[in-house]
Amino acid sequence: MTSIPAPKPSAYRAKRQPTVLAQVLDWVMHPIELVLEPLQRRIGVRRMAWIFVLPNLVIFGIFILLPMILNFYYAFTGGTNFAPQDRPFVGTTNFQALFACQDFLNPQTCQQDIFWRAIWNTGTFVFFQVAGIVFFSLVTAVALNQRIRARGFFRSVFFYPVLLSPVVVALIWKWILQRDGVLNAIIVGLGGEHIPFLLDPNWARFWVIFVSVWAQVGFYTLILLAGLQSIPLEYYEAAQIDGASNWNSFRHITLPLLMPTMLVVLILSLIRAVQVFDQSFALTGGGPGTATTYIVQYIYNTGFTSPSRQAGLAAAASVVLAAVLMILTLTQLRLGKRTEEQT
Amino acid sequence: MKTVFDFLTQTRGKHQLSRSDLLTYLYLSFGTVIMFGPVVWLGLSSFKPQAQLVRFPPSLLPTRQETVIIPGYENPLELYNVAFEDGTSRRLAQVSRVGIEARMVDPIAPDEIITVNIRQRTPIESLYFGLDNYTRGVTTFDFWTYFRNSLVVTVVATIITLLVNSMAAFGLSKYQFQGRNAILVIIISTLMVPLSVILIPIFLVISQIGWTNNLLGVIVPAAATPTGVFLLRQYMLTIPDELLDSARIDGASEWRIYWQIVLPLAGPALAVLAIFSVMWRWNDFLWPLIVLNRKELFTLQIGLNSFQGEFNTQWDLILAMTVLTLLPVTIVFAFLQRYITTGIATTGMK
Repeated sequence: MTSIPAPKPSAYRAKRQPTVLAQVLDWVMHPIELVLEPLQRRIGVRRMAWIFVLPNLVIFGIFILLPMILNFYYAFTGGTNFAPQDRPFVGTTNFQALFACQDFLNPQTCQQDIFWRAIWNTGTFVFFQVAGIVFFSLVTAVALNQRIRARGFFRSVFFYPVLLSPVVVALIWKWILQRDGVLNAIIVGLGGEHIPFLLDPNWARFWVIFVSVWAQVGFYTLILLAGLQSIPLEYYEAAQIDGASNWNSFRHITLPLLMPTMLVVLILSLIRAVQVFDQSFALTGGGPGTATTYIVQYIYNTGFTSPSRQAGLAAAASVVLAAVLMILTLTQLRLGKRTEEQT
Repeated sequence: MKTVFDFLTQTRGKHQLSRSDLLTYLYLSFGTVIMFGPVVWLGLSSFKPQAQLVRFPPSLLPTRQETVIIPGYENPLELYNVAFEDGTSRRLAQVSRVGIEARMVDPIAPDEIITVNIRQRTPIESLYFGLDNYTRGVTTFDFWTYFRNSLVVTVVATIITLLVNSMAAFGLSKYQFQGRNAILVIIISTLMVPLSVILIPIFLVISQIGWTNNLLGVIVPAAATPTGVFLLRQYMLTIPDELLDSARIDGASEWRIYWQIVLPLAGPALAVLAIFSVMWRWNDFLWPLIVLNRKELFTLQIGLNSFQGEFNTQWDLILAMTVLTLLPVTIVFAFLQRYITTGIATTGMK
C-alpha cells in the first residue's frame, strides 16, 4: 500500500515452456486476439491503451468511484428508503445528530451515544493495539535476525496466524477463553477463580486487542525483518571496533536506520486498526453491551441491521471515518517524504 | 534490564553472548507456544467427543473410554479401574449403575457380580482420534456447499483480478496517452479508501445491478484492486520498451505483445498478486456478509460465523468445522511458505 519497490525481473527473455498453464492461457488469449487485431487496425496503436485500461476502469468506476460519490449524497439525505431518488435532502442533519453532544468525554450525554462509545472504544483499541504491534513485531524481528537455528521455522510460526481468517481466529480464541476453557483451567489449577473473559467489559476489550495483535504481528515482523536485513553489517563491525556496547549500536545504528520501515509499520497498522471490525464482530459481537463496538461496526449496525436502517446516519459516520483515514494517510506521505529527505 | 538491552542489541555476524542467545531462544519458544499453541489446541480438541469437551479441567489429548465385549452381555461394557479398601485394584467392566453403586464384572471371570461404590472406580481411557465430529459436522454444517462457494469465489475472482489488473497495468506502463496521469492519480488515491468506508452505497449499487444473493456480487466489485494495478505497473515499468518495439516491427499486435511478452515477464509479480488475491478472497468476511444472505450461497467464513451463532454450545461441531476451514490455507502455506513470506517482505502490502 505504501512505497512498493519494484522487484527486478531476472531475465528479459520470454522463455515459453509448453506447460499446462501456458496452454490454457493460449486458449483464452487467442480468441481475444482475433477480435482485437482488426480493432487495432481500425483505431491505431495509441488508442489500444484505452482498451487495456477499460475493463479495470469500468469495474473501478462502478464499484469504488461511484459508491464514494454516492456516499456523500447519502450522508446529506434522510428517511428509511434505500433508493437515492426516494431520499429527501436533509442538509447536515445527520452530522448534527452525530455531533449532538453536551459533553464529548461522556457518551451518555450524546444523542448518538453508541457512536461516541464506538469512537472512544476505537481510540483505546487503536492506541494499545498499535503499540502492541510495533513493540512485539520489533522484538520478534530482532530475535529472528540473530544467528539462530531453525529461523525459517520460527518465522513461519509467527507468520502463520496472519493467514487465518478473522472468523477462524475468533473461534480459536473463543474456545480458549470460554468459561470452562483451557485458560480458566490453568488459572483454577494455579488456585485462582474462573474469570468470565468475554463477559466482563474490560477483559473483553483486552482480549480483542490481544487477539488482533496475535493475528497480525507476524505480518509486520516480516516487514521489519526485511528492513533489518538491509542494514549493512559493516556499520556494526565499525561500531564494535570503536568499542560501542550492544545497546549503543542498537540505539544509534539499528533504530535510526530502521526508522523508515518502522514508520511504514506504524502507519499501516494504524490505518488497519481504525477499521477494526471482523475480528471483534466474530469474537465478541461488539459486546458485552457496547464494550467492543467500534466505528465500522457502528456503521454496519446502523446501516444494515438496526430496524430503522438509518442509511444516512451510517453514511455520515463513514464520511467521518474516511476523513480520519485521509488524515492518517496524508501524515504518512508527509512523514515518508521527510525521512526520505533526511537519509 | 541489562539482559534485555543485550538481547535487543545483537546483530548477525557478531560474537554473541550465550546469555542473550538463551534469551532469544526463550523468547522464540515462548512465542511459538503463544502463536501456534492455540491452533494445536483447536486441532486436538476437535477430535474429542462432546462429553469430553464439557469436562473441566480439560484433558490435553482426545481420549475415549475403553470397552470390552463380554459374552452374555449385548453391548460392549465400559472398563474401569476399581480401587478396593484393602489397597488392591482391579480392572472391571461395568454392567449397570444404580445411584452411587455400580455393578461390575471381571472380564476374565464374568459370572461373579461385584458391587462397588462409584467413588472407587476411575474410567480407563486411551488415546483416540475420533472423526465423529467431522462426519456429523459436515452434514449439519453443509460444509461442501460453503466450500464450493468459497472455492468459486476465490478462483474466479483471482483470475479476473489477474487479467484485469495486468491489462490495466500494461496500458498504464507502456503507453503514453491523454488522461493516463489522471487515471493513475485516481487509482493511487483510492489505494487508501477501504471498503468499510463505502459500505452503504456499494450495497445500493450491487442491489441495483441485481447482484445481491449472487456470487458475482462478491467476485466482481473487488476485482479492480488499486493495489494490484499499482504493484504490476511498477514491475512492468522495468521491462524495456525496446523489447516491445522489436516485436511490433515483427508484426505482433498489441494484444499479442501483452500476453506473449509482457505477461510471462511479469510472472513473479503476478505470482505475488495471485497469492494475495487467494488470501484476501478466501478469508473475506465483511463483503460476503453484506451481499449474501441466502444460506446456500454462503462462503465458508460467513457460514462458519452464522454456524457459531446458531449452535452456540455445540463446540464439538464448531471446532471440527473451524479446522476444516483453516485446513486449505494451512496446506497452501505449507507448500508456498517461502514465496509468501518473501513476497510480503518485498512488497509490504496486505
